[in-house]
Amino acid sequence: MEFPKELKYTKEHEWIKVNGDVATIGITEFAQSELGDIVFVEIETVGEVLNTHDVFGTVEAVKTVSDLFLPVGGEIIEKNPELDTNPQLVNTDPYGNGWMIKVKMNNNDDIKNLLSSDEYAQIAG
Amino acid sequence: MTDTQSLKHVPLNDLHIAIGGKMVPFAGFNMPVQYSGLIPEHHAVRNNVGIFDVSHMGEFKLKGEGALDLIQRVTSNDASALFDGKIQYSCMPNDTGGIVDDLLVYRNSKDEYYLVVNAGNIDKDWNWLCKHNTANVQMQNLSDKISLFAIQGPNAIKVIQKLTDINLSEIEYYSFKIGTLAGKSDIIISNTGYTGAGGFEIYMNNEDAEYLWNKIMEAGKEYQIIPCGLGARDTLRLEKGFCLYGHDIDDNTSPIEAGLGWITKFTKEFTNSNYHKSIKENKPSKKLVGFKMIDRGIPRQFYNITDGKGNKIGEVTSGTQSPSLNIAIGMGYVKSENSKEGAEIFIEIRGKELKAQVVKIPFL
Repeated sequence: MEFPKELKYTKEHEWIKVNGDVATIGITEFAQSELGDIVFVEIETVGEVLNTHDVFGTVEAVKTVSDLFLPVGGEIIEKNPELDTNPQLVNTDPYGNGWMIKVKMNNNDDIKNLLSSDEYAQIAG
Repeated sequence: MTDTQSLKHVPLNDLHIAIGGKMVPFAGFNMPVQYSGLIPEHHAVRNNVGIFDVSHMGEFKLKGEGALDLIQRVTSNDASALFDGKIQYSCMPNDTGGIVDDLLVYRNSKDEYYLVVNAGNIDKDWNWLCKHNTANVQMQNLSDKISLFAIQGPNAIKVIQKLTDINLSEIEYYSFKIGTLAGKSDIIISNTGYTGAGGFEIYMNNEDAEYLWNKIMEAGKEYQIIPCGLGARDTLRLEKGFCLYGHDIDDNTSPIEAGLGWITKFTKEFTNSNYHKSIKENKPSKKLVGFKMIDRGIPRQFYNITDGKGNKIGEVTSGTQSPSLNIAIGMGYVKSENSKEGAEIFIEIRGKELKAQVVKIPFL
């Protein structure tokens, strides 16, 4: 399974790509394979300012539903509009076209608590 | 039941892992929930052919002069209508208004029957039957000795026919024959399944399971047969509106409320039959209905069903995104006045009341 080196990770199986004070967030290849076929990604928090670990959305697979936790605090400035009509992008391209939200971070120190690719690989084994 | 140490294994447990099965705890067993993916597996069964290992299911053999009488007393359907080689869907009501289990009753001969029960209820059912076996019917619990494969889909018959001399087109729906399959004798070949896609269920001794699995996979190669898990089994059965014990029926639901009046025959007496008869005569206060989502959202078991104004009128028992219909569907109990086809109901999903509509079952 692939966990790109340039990304950061959480125990909740999200990945974070940092560009200045904007973080792009999605779920990992491990997460999508555990969930199975994703049929609905619900994100209704665009414009809201949320804290670390707040729920920013939910992902529904055929059989299960799972909350999405915000790994870094800040304002949700954008969600991936493609996922409305094509949620299976999360399965097929979790680190690329399957991205979920962009967050304007209000504290760049949040990044320090995230896991590296190697550390995450230990968890996702 | 997340302690995998205490989970039971089906005989082909290692094979499922080796071919990519994702194993999950289900009804006390370590079972494959999917292999290549729920959606491709679902479509394979609807349109082509797939194979499920459902060896976790329980099998009891009842033998003796009193076998039919025992079955008649504990089950709601009329087993006297069975003849040799015929199968009946039925349920065992408990004495508190609910259902011990739903099951299949196979008649092999006048004094020999097989009962096929849900894996999670094997002990409960066995104890229930023992308690009611007052006429010394010879009972055997064969659950740990018998494996069961369901080969389902429109091409299932072509696959299995390659392996047997029995003319499968002569086995009608809900009928079975015992014969030779790929050289193995005493195999029960049953025109049943839980998918509504057609096909056969094959009962065999555990010792023959791996050999027959491989033979069936080989025979199915030209039809692109694939192994399918419990995930696809659930979406397939839900599209057809088949009840799942522990979801749509349980210890507290009456078969009349569950829409199982067709297997509840008041021409005979059975456990608590007067109670269920009175429910039928007085019209049940709640009913199991099918519904489709109008607003976007996926219903799940235990979600509230409301009137759209915050008042609870029922509860979801099963729900999923239907791979064949591409809409979210579900079943649940609602007050009878809300159960009419076309009725607007609401499903409470993450704090929001989302619009849904009562529709006819089966969905497909």
